[in-house]
Amino acid sequence: MPDRYRRQSPLAHLGLVARASEDQSAEAGVVMAECPFCAQTGLRGDGSLARFGNAVKTVLGIAPPTEPNTVTGPEDFADGARILWLGPDEWLIVGGDVDAEPSGALRLALSDRHAAVVDVSDGRAVIALSGPNARDVLAKGCPLDLHPRAFGPGRCAQTVLAKAHVILHQIDASPSYEIYVHRSFADYLWSWLEDAAGEFGVRISNSRSDRNGLLGGRVTP
Amino acid sequence: MLLIPCPWCGLRDEVEFKYGGEAHNNRPLVPDVHDDTAWAAYLFMKKNPKGLHLERWVHAAGCRRWFNVARDTVSNRIDGSYKIGEKPPAIAAETEESA
Repeated sequence: MPDRYRRQSPLAHLGLVARASEDQSAEAGVVMAECPFCAQTGLRGDGSLARFGNAVKTVLGIAPPTEPNTVTGPEDFADGARILWLGPDEWLIVGGDVDAEPSGALRLALSDRHAAVVDVSDGRAVIALSGPNARDVLAKGCPLDLHPRAFGPGRCAQTVLAKAHVILHQIDASPSYEIYVHRSFADYLWSWLEDAAGEFGVRISNSRSDRNGLLGGRVTP
Repeated sequence: MLLIPCPWCGLRDEVEFKYGGEAHNNRPLVPDVHDDTAWAAYLFMKKNPKGLHLERWVHAAGCRRWFNVARDTVSNRIDGSYKIGEKPPAIAAETEESA
């Protein structure tokens, strides 16, 4: 993890904070925001062992989900960590503030078990996509069945979006999504999303980050 | 375009997967006892059937797990999928014997 004063979000160069404060059309079909600097921790271990789940639960208050492609934890990650299923022995823990990332405590709790805990906070950018047309935008570049009966709130999936590997997490039924994409693809994916959402009207927002009490898109030294 | 049933993630689009060749073709555990003929049989001699084929796939853009798929090479019909280390489903096994 880089020093706090050197930290820069993957989309800082787009000036999203400034764009969000501009006067924008209120009738947007899609609202886009970056969620900068959220703590992400990779977790590996044998999920079929009760003591593995219990050890994680002791530290985080929630157990890793055993059902594929689901998420445990609060809707808003400012309210505490949540855990995304990535594989039968692999999870992604998404915490609130990057400085409070839980890998140290978790590593200690799992030290006598066959498990791995890795801080991957700066590896992925998180883009929040919401609004009545959010699903239509995703459907343009994603082979996943996004219909509510197949993919609803509390579901996550690793898939491709506009050919970029992403983790997709549906937060609520409005619908609103969070898209985790590798840092080097963040600029490309943001541009693609904004272009794809153009026909519905796009509003750039800071609300996602404001609600989480996180920093804005840029850290001033 | 195929819809491939990942044993963990369910039906997903073919673009998320990579093909891994014939299944149940295991590397010999004691390589020293194999002569060149046996190695050639392991490496190059594939079944290449017209009909039911048991093959490996990896959910590369998804959960990144390897698993086996029973697919008909003529119609592309997929009879099912099963995890690595498991026996093929009974339906697939019967069809293969009769083929």
